Amino acid sequence: MSETKNDTPRDTLLQVRDLKMHFPIKEAAGLGRTKKVVQAVDGVSFELKAGASLGLVGESGCGKSTTGRMITRLLTPTSGEIVFKGTDIAQLKERELRPFRRQLQIVFQDPYSSLNPRQTVSNIISTPLRVHNLVKKGQELARVQELLERVGLNPEHHNRYPNEFSGGQRQRIGIARALAVEPEVIIADEPVSALDVSIQAQVMNLLEDLRKDLGIAFVFIAHDLGVVRHFCDEVAVMYLGKIVEQGSRDQIYNAPQHPYTQALLSAAPDLGTIRGVPPKERIRLVGDVPSPIDPPSGCRFRTRCWKAEDICATQEPLLEIKPQSTPGHTAACHFAEPKVDLIAETA
Amino acid sequence: MSTPAPEDKKDAPVDAKRGPSVATRERRQGSINPSGETPYLVVEDLAVKFPTADGLVSAVNGLSYSVPLGRTLAIVGESGSGKSVSSMAVMGLHDRKRTRITGSIRLGGDELVGLSENDLMKIRGDAMSMVFQDPQSSLHPLYTIGNQLVEAYRVHHKVSKDVAKKRALEMLDLVGIPNPPRRFSQYPHEFSGGMRQRAMIAMSLINDPKLVIADEPTTALDVTVQAQILDLLNNLQKEFGSAIVLITHDLGVVAEMADDVLVMYAGRCVEYGTAEDVLANPRMPYTWGLLESIPTVSAANERLRPIKGLPPSLLNLPEGCSFAARCPYVDRVKGELCTTQLPDLLPVDGAGAHTSRCHLHDKASIYETEIAPRLG
Repeated sequence: MSETKNDTPRDTLLQVRDLKMHFPIKEAAGLGRTKKVVQAVDGVSFELKAGASLGLVGESGCGKSTTGRMITRLLTPTSGEIVFKGTDIAQLKERELRPFRRQLQIVFQDPYSSLNPRQTVSNIISTPLRVHNLVKKGQELARVQELLERVGLNPEHHNRYPNEFSGGQRQRIGIARALAVEPEVIIADEPVSALDVSIQAQVMNLLEDLRKDLGIAFVFIAHDLGVVRHFCDEVAVMYLGKIVEQGSRDQIYNAPQHPYTQALLSAAPDLGTIRGVPPKERIRLVGDVPSPIDPPSGCRFRTRCWKAEDICATQEPLLEIKPQSTPGHTAACHFAEPKVDLIAETA
Repeated sequence: MSTPAPEDKKDAPVDAKRGPSVATRERRQGSINPSGETPYLVVEDLAVKFPTADGLVSAVNGLSYSVPLGRTLAIVGESGSGKSVSSMAVMGLHDRKRTRITGSIRLGGDELVGLSENDLMKIRGDAMSMVFQDPQSSLHPLYTIGNQLVEAYRVHHKVSKDVAKKRALEMLDLVGIPNPPRRFSQYPHEFSGGMRQRAMIAMSLINDPKLVIADEPTTALDVTVQAQILDLLNNLQKEFGSAIVLITHDLGVVAEMADDVLVMYAGRCVEYGTAEDVLANPRMPYTWGLLESIPTVSAANERLRPIKGLPPSLLNLPEGCSFAARCPYVDRVKGELCTTQLPDLLPVDGAGAHTSRCHLHDKASIYETEIAPRLG
């Protein structure tokens, strides 16, 4: 467990390097068929430390879910490395992957389609236990009930079917299934966005408890900036398959440098406005996200950016630490500059 | 399905000008608009019930509100609270055979409850219109955007296709769709999500309606596009002066858009007032719970305080306050009032237009001393 290689710092659990996912599509053009690719994820790199939580934020189509699916190897990346505790799992075969599957679990967004409606809760949760030979015969039920209790469900309900539970309870079942194999990393792909606010808060608190009590590291994928701010210590903002800005929670929320991050924060409707603390400046983007089939040259955000100049079309900005940045804060923009007062600060 | 019940219209007066024959204190409270202006839409004691094989589902109960021209009312609530069902009742979109609607809905003084389908057709899309949540499924995939706009206009105006087309192009331009002549002949699938919602808004405004009901208009959209659409709705309201009923679950959207706010829980209005009253000085434990459960972009990293438990089944609403089972303040009310008697919707300060449905006596001091400090 504690064996690490020299090139990975001691407490780094997961390292993603230049990860790419290109989906081929066929399109009829003229007489023949041309092959095009959707560049869903195009060169993403980040690190996850043990027990930490990294938030991946962005709008639909930015590649955040695809990234999560590659890390759990539900998708095989086109290229790039996923180094988990010193082993690159990016191109491993199914058989070799199995021990890693136990370590890397995923919780899905939709609690309705991610549970088999014809299996009892007990069956759903104990399948991973059996697959990985984690419990002795006869002790499965005890373990299932323990897990149900851990996620705040009544252990007596192990014989019920998913349709007998509400959305929030189903999401708890999905979490219990992920917990069953005692993973070190959980990829939570929009785990609360299908839930009502009051239920959402219950599930958020549960995830936070798991993180604190069991020391599980999280990659938290979400579009809701409020939820991410609440849960993550580290945030990466994605746009059209690339990370455009990355840093600690405070760096991203209090002094965002990339124009896209600034626009995103400024667009989030906030309750602060009604309490008499409106944000000082409002940024409104025009237009929509371009197609990932044929992304803009240079900086991918330039078509919607108010700072764009000629250099943005010809030279792709690198994700790097800017001279004015605080340590660990990177941004991919030729004209990055921190902006404060984008969100209404409550006293 | 059980046999369709005949609509019970006994207490729904057909003569709209006279108003309801039985006007209780509570009903009158609801019809007073928080702004004090003359309302355009008045909903009084609306109840929507669906008979099902399992029993009668009370989706909306005793709902009263009003919206003047040029003002936006946000109806907030979680899924199943009755916010969409009540608005569909206003638009007359429920299946008559499967729905029992009682109470009164008056649009500019004319009673809508009990109108024939033919009469409703004349009003729907003309004096009132609706913007739906999902523009993908609410636009017809086989007709061009232009065709659908032209049809919407010609249903209510006896004009030639060319005149209608001119109007449609105008509307596309107005909602910020670039290159209207090209977009006019495109199909919905050629539009992005945000553009589709713009087209949807163009269609709902083409007949210059006085009332627009927007049911979660931005829930399916990304946050930067959501901001564009909310700005658009705000600007169009300034231009057209229409009354807007905005249905949403997102309190952030409410804060940016609403003049008045109505909070629904289990089919009932539990708090109603101006946006400032309800969001900055809420007087109902459910509203407190909602405000405390949202992680906001501006909030510090404190533990969220969720509302425990689940909403009650609409098949079998509890006696007393529907929120009692989840309410942390039940033990501060004397006796078993909360679980035995439904609280009335009463003014929070003895008079005025800010009302809430709660037995608690010292709501103001509880909010000031316990809730407000936690909200920051």
